[in-house]
Amino acid sequence: MILNMGPQHPSTHGVLRVILEIDGENVVRIMPDIGYLHTGIEKTCEAKFYQQVVPLTDRIDYLCPLTNNLCYVLAVEKLLGLEIPPRAQWLRVLLNELTRINSHLVWLGTHAMDIGALTVFLYCFREREDILRLFEAVSGQRMMTSYFRVGGLALPPPLDFFDRVRAFTKTFPSKVDEYENLLTGNPIWTMRTKGVAKITKEDAIALGASGPTMRGSGVDFDLRRDMPYSGYENFKFKVPVATEGDVFARYMCRVQELRESNAIVQQALDGMPEGPIKADAPKVVLPDREKMKTQMEALIYHFKIITEGFAVPEGEVYQAVESPRGEMGYYVVSDGTAKPYRVHMRAACLANLQTLPKMCEGRLLADVVAAIGSIDIVLGEIDR
Amino acid sequence: MPPTPAITDLDALKGHPSLARLLAWNRAAVGGAKFDRDEMSIYVGRSFIAEVCALLRDDAECPFNFLSDLTCVDRYPSEPRFEVIYHLLSMQKRERVRLKVRLDGDGPTLESVTSIWPGANYFEREVYDLFGVRFSGHPYLRRLLMPEDWQGHPLRKDYPVEGYK
Repeated sequence: MILNMGPQHPSTHGVLRVILEIDGENVVRIMPDIGYLHTGIEKTCEAKFYQQVVPLTDRIDYLCPLTNNLCYVLAVEKLLGLEIPPRAQWLRVLLNELTRINSHLVWLGTHAMDIGALTVFLYCFREREDILRLFEAVSGQRMMTSYFRVGGLALPPPLDFFDRVRAFTKTFPSKVDEYENLLTGNPIWTMRTKGVAKITKEDAIALGASGPTMRGSGVDFDLRRDMPYSGYENFKFKVPVATEGDVFARYMCRVQELRESNAIVQQALDGMPEGPIKADAPKVVLPDREKMKTQMEALIYHFKIITEGFAVPEGEVYQAVESPRGEMGYYVVSDGTAKPYRVHMRAACLANLQTLPKMCEGRLLADVVAAIGSIDIVLGEIDR
Repeated sequence: MPPTPAITDLDALKGHPSLARLLAWNRAAVGGAKFDRDEMSIYVGRSFIAEVCALLRDDAECPFNFLSDLTCVDRYPSEPRFEVIYHLLSMQKRERVRLKVRLDGDGPTLESVTSIWPGANYFEREVYDLFGVRFSGHPYLRRLLMPEDWQGHPLRKDYPVEGYK
């Protein structure tokens, strides 16, 4: 029987359509059908200035908007050859790790809810409220922050921001203990997730899976540690790797990443350097508001950047970061004008979704839901 | 700080692991190379791409076992019109390389690399969908993002940004 797990479905985490060919309760073939959220972001980027693309990048992987911002902004800064001051880099790392916690909380809540543990959903979203309030404090927006700019950050963070982040990091490990209390030793959870939807190490690499999907199968590779960017080389953290390759292994990887990200945020708070938050490049970075109101050159630069954009030297760059889902990459091609010639987003989920047939074929129908949740897909990234 | 100029001379670059391997295998396959902003790009001839990918993946010293990305750039109106780009990553050596294949605008076809990395499946479908480049040997070359009955290839430069009604 061919069954349609349609685009509107509570367990598909977005508008994913999965066409299942089942024989009783066993899945014979599974084929994802995507494209329901395709909005032509890559095409739109070609019609915008470089700084106007930043809000577009938020909406691609909408659960980790700051990571998208970071990846794009790093790519353009590489094209320009800009040097970013250390305070901006450390703040970027801090916010990036808060975003990772944010995204993993949504993953845990929705994944547990799919499998049946409804309490965890509300617990996770309670912590997520704190993080969203932190994002609102720093950028004005809860989700689509667009806080990073080419050359640094948009605004300095408010004065009490670091105290609030510190208060959050103090209580967060006990909350992760709460989630683990509910799930890790729970026999229902282990029966639904251990040995389910396995994928081998070689298959994961061959299919292009990255992030916890790949690390759950034993591949020890994390872009933050192995090919560091934006100051990650200054931070000490462990990269959780599991070997079984099943849903439980990926779950353990991500839950431990929650704890590791919390540790990175604490390190960022402790070692935050002083200094400017924007690079010294008047033709690219907007001047301070006060300077713009009092100095003529600043006003002219402000006007030129907003109305004409800044020209980026010709070339191409592929910048990859470790998003909560895996390797997110931006391939930016510039032709010397103020608008990018081509922006391509390498979506981590698009490659991770290719592991779904390998995981589910030959297994029970109920395991499909667990598998989709464990890959942690975000349709905005897959479809763009 | 302005970026340093790109190095395009093949002799100056031949110490780089991926380029050295390809030059040693078949000089004719390499149409040029560029080292710009710490990134290595190699222009590969159209008929050699599948062999080059297999070679780089199975290289003993620096195996490029991970296909990061497969995409395309439309250089309309200049010919050759399309440039199919492969981003490869060697997890062991932490090296990246970019392979570029130039294709003419008239019926662009290229050999599929799904036999080398099954993960190229969706990427090639997306390039077919949005640019119209056909991949021979692909197990299921159908539109991925646009509806199945869509006419035209949206990411081409002669397709309007607002789309057609």
